[in-house]
Amino acid sequence: MKRGRVFYRGEIHRVTETQGGVLLDDGALVDEAELAWLPPVEAGTIFALGLNYADHAAELNFRAPKEPLVFLKGPNTLCGHLGHTERPAGVREMHYECELAVVIGKPARNVPRDLAYDYVAGYTVANDYAFREFLENYYRPNLRVKSRDASTPLGPWLVDVSDVADPMNLRLTTTVNGRLIQRGCTKDMIFSIPMLIEYLSSFLTLNPGDLILTGTPEGLANVQPGDVVVTEVEGIGRLTNTIVEPTE
Amino acid sequence: MSTIYAAALNFRDEYEALEPAMGAAPYLRPPVAPVLAIKPANCRIGNGEPIPCPRDAIKLRAGGTLALVIGQTARRVRERDALQYLAGYTLAIDVSIPDLSYYRPTVKQRCRDGFCPVGPRVAAISRFPDPDAIEIKISVNGILVCVASTSTLRRGVARLLADVTEFMTLNPGDLLLVGEPLQSPLVGPGDTVYVEVAGIGVLENRVVAEFAR
Repeated sequence: MKRGRVFYRGEIHRVTETQGGVLLDDGALVDEAELAWLPPVEAGTIFALGLNYADHAAELNFRAPKEPLVFLKGPNTLCGHLGHTERPAGVREMHYECELAVVIGKPARNVPRDLAYDYVAGYTVANDYAFREFLENYYRPNLRVKSRDASTPLGPWLVDVSDVADPMNLRLTTTVNGRLIQRGCTKDMIFSIPMLIEYLSSFLTLNPGDLILTGTPEGLANVQPGDVVVTEVEGIGRLTNTIVEPTE
Repeated sequence: MSTIYAAALNFRDEYEALEPAMGAAPYLRPPVAPVLAIKPANCRIGNGEPIPCPRDAIKLRAGGTLALVIGQTARRVRERDALQYLAGYTLAIDVSIPDLSYYRPTVKQRCRDGFCPVGPRVAAISRFPDPDAIEIKISVNGILVCVASTSTLRRGVARLLADVTEFMTLNPGDLLLVGEPLQSPLVGPGDTVYVEVAGIGVLENRVVAEFAR
């Protein structure tokens, strides 16, 4: 099943996908033009991975890490499908990053990798924008790069873990204004989903609603206000975001 | 859900200790924006709850500090208005496994379960006419080991709020820890840490060995 959260006629609703439409929890079919998409989960802790694809690590002139490069993001940074993300004034480089996001389903501590999927609720799509001018070498990648307001689109759907046969073999694609510009496959992750759950749960408790953004493959390019960026993970969803000028 | 953010390198002495290294790799230049870490929800415990000392750590650093409690949504606030966005002040202990590097996010060192006691209460901002003259005392087993003052912050309370909310909205209930004093003690199982600010009270947490689950 695919589950989402939307704002519709003044209220937050849980919705599910039906063929060609969006169903409210009371069974009513709603017109997508009338709703606003929220991130499909009320996120707990947001873990994200840097340099988790060998090709992307090479693109950025880094050697692939020996241990996962994990950083955290605040909940302020999420926005829903069809949301807008500001490109700050004076920024020369703003990159999209198409990622498979894992949603934790139950408390996980000291979970071995072969049991890791038992702790997953499902998957969604993230676009983990980065703003390279704000990168500093203190807790890199720092929050000014990675935790800006509404700069991590998430959604549209949370897809149940049981509906995804092999999350480690899904195509990732990004288009900008309809032009295919980033392409990869989750099989090229350096640290797989089971390895990441084993690693994180070896030293902390993962809780239901926690997110793990598993990193992005190569194919970065600069995006500008007005650009429509679609990040898609095969079988999980197509997440659309529009870049806008800053409001102030 | 509220989020705990912690400023690093914000007490002048902590900054000055790293300053000679800031011109060389991996830092290359001094920091421009506030240096921030997130203490995720699994870290948070209350006053009196035990701090688990993980099996792979011998000593823990107990960064007792002042926590700003956000009262209303704060986005791009001006320094002169910043205090209006606070619900008050409380205390926190930013617990970490000692690590000298500031280069990478220190999730494995700082984000263990129980690594951020918060309490004992939220004190009104009106009790502190000058937020940049608040004295923080850290004791271990009843012995005073560190006295720090917000007068030695590189970014004072209002400036810090302005510079953080320039790029990141803080929401009601979020906490912003103002910094970790350089003389924060190292503690181990059996030690009790006390953080005290007159007008807020005492936050008291004992370190216990984490047992196999």
